[in-house]
Amino acid sequence: MKKTLFRKIWDAHLVADGGDGKSLLWIDLHLVHEVTSPQAFASLRAAGRRVRRTDLTVATMDHNVPTTDGPVEDPLAKRQLDALRENCDEFGVRLFATGSGREGIVHVIGPELGLSQPGMTIVCGDSHTSTHGAVGALAIGIGTSEVGHVLATQTLPQSRPRTMQVDFVGTLPFGLTAKDMVLAAIGELGVAGGQGHVIEYTGGPIRALSMEGRMTVCNMSIEAGARAGLIAPDDTTLADLAGRPAFVETDWSDLHTDDGAEYDTVRTIDVSSLAPQVTWGTNPGMVASIDAVVPDPAEYEADARAAVERALRYMDLTPGTPLRDIRIDKVFIGSCTNARIEDLRAAARVVDGRRVADGVHAMVVPGSAQVKRQAEEEGLRDVFERAGFEWRRAGCSMCLGMNPDVLQPGERCASTSNRNFEGRQGAGGRTHLLSPAMAAAAAVTGRFADVRELA
Amino acid sequence: MRPLRSVSGNVAVLDRPDVDTDQIIPKQFLKRTERAGYGEFLFFDWMKDPEFELHRAPGASILLAGRNFGCGSSREHAAWALEDHGFRAVVAPSFSDIFRQNAINSGLAPIVVPADELVRVKAAVAARNELTIDLESLRIVHPDGLELTFELDPHAQETLVHGLDDVARTLQREAEISAFEVTYVPRFDLAGIS
Repeated sequence: MKKTLFRKIWDAHLVADGGDGKSLLWIDLHLVHEVTSPQAFASLRAAGRRVRRTDLTVATMDHNVPTTDGPVEDPLAKRQLDALRENCDEFGVRLFATGSGREGIVHVIGPELGLSQPGMTIVCGDSHTSTHGAVGALAIGIGTSEVGHVLATQTLPQSRPRTMQVDFVGTLPFGLTAKDMVLAAIGELGVAGGQGHVIEYTGGPIRALSMEGRMTVCNMSIEAGARAGLIAPDDTTLADLAGRPAFVETDWSDLHTDDGAEYDTVRTIDVSSLAPQVTWGTNPGMVASIDAVVPDPAEYEADARAAVERALRYMDLTPGTPLRDIRIDKVFIGSCTNARIEDLRAAARVVDGRRVADGVHAMVVPGSAQVKRQAEEEGLRDVFERAGFEWRRAGCSMCLGMNPDVLQPGERCASTSNRNFEGRQGAGGRTHLLSPAMAAAAAVTGRFADVRELA
Repeated sequence: MRPLRSVSGNVAVLDRPDVDTDQIIPKQFLKRTERAGYGEFLFFDWMKDPEFELHRAPGASILLAGRNFGCGSSREHAAWALEDHGFRAVVAPSFSDIFRQNAINSGLAPIVVPADELVRVKAAVAARNELTIDLESLRIVHPDGLELTFELDPHAQETLVHGLDDVARTLQREAEISAFEVTYVPRFDLAGIS
């Protein structure tokens, strides 16, 4: 039988095949963080269960850690971080705690440490677990009950998802990035277009991406509603993973979709004429090219119109306004989507020799302690700080605003993160998603700008 | 988890697509380490608006929602908040995959009803705000005569109707897990990380 990459990974991990019903899937790597795990550990404790495979379970602190120096001042955040430490001690789980030098956003450190490898099944109590699909793994975001289930059994009951191929064709124009590709794809598919599916991204533009770029693409699979997103491993993958601390060489030769294997759904996206993307609304599918204007709700079908009207009201935008005329208050370069070394380099290239515009507050939050160290060694920190950016410690930070890094009501932010939902970065805050280079361009001009014109 | 054989009661209507879990329970309430007590924070920001639809049906136990309900963040707190607030079922044309599973694991029934049928249900509850959802017979019944069936996979139905703990069920399959595990070799080397 000809199989998709997804199906090969699925079949290799079946503990019990439920056919069209629930199957039981073995999990190769379970990543844990402070926010979605305390109730799961509590359920284990209450039932007298242990963590079945501590050797396959790894924890870090990321969601609510402060990104400034000094102690955790929020008592609730401190309690949650302390709970993770105590739970990891009690159950014997390896923890990369703040200050260990290995900490960072869970979806940055997994690939960075070489934990995430091709052909694996990976879960985490976080929707952006899809990131790890970039190495050719089946990586699924789960809820807290499921976290408890995986801790106790190292398995996950799953109905087999459908498969979708998102085939990128054409040549990505100069100055465009993985973020532009995936935002455009979400604009095409819609925020529920991937529901019930695992997406495999294919095509020349995907092959041309670095591992960082592939992670950006897979990361946002969930924003199209997909169960997961993955990319078949190749030489780029091997070159990136070899030498990473937890890396173990295995045979990947079969980790690709067989010629003639069929996907349930196929979508093609031509990137040849793609322009840099910026979101204007309150979900990631509400996205347009930098050359576009704020859309008119009247142009939408009746069932979508109310949502667009509501989004524009929340975003305080008037139809017909060029995106380039929208002024911003804050810039956030960070998150599991875009806080890896390549992302920081791309932003630094734009920022170098320029200044953050008057009245704009801009910050860079590296994705991990290691990314931070490397960026400092490469002189990127100096570039950002000379330009007037704040340089912070690693964490999820203003992507979701669980720590003190939040937007104030009414503030407008150019953000390299993944969600522009109402209040996502702080109650009343307005988020526009874009690439790191585009965020840097917005920082130095004070409004959205086509980064290619700053080159 | 409380068993859920059927739910009868008032209905709240939230007629918006793509309601994300950030709206259902904003991030500032995710710092708690308990599983209970999230109900008072349900739709925290939207509840501040006196015109918000949920204010029209206080005490409702069934929520009629738009397509792709519960998209975005995997926070199970969203399902906990709905359940703790008094909802036992959400009826929508579609749910995000993660939310749907979280709801089942929280004793909150996610019921998929096609959009055109949902219009009929809304019309019926607009005339008389009352509805019964029977999880055993997989039927939705309105006292004025509207009746329709829905699908729910047997595993989810069993979980909800009997209030089952998925972990306990899986641990009954220990033989199969052990059989897989006996030849299993970890795919990464945790000891390699200093």
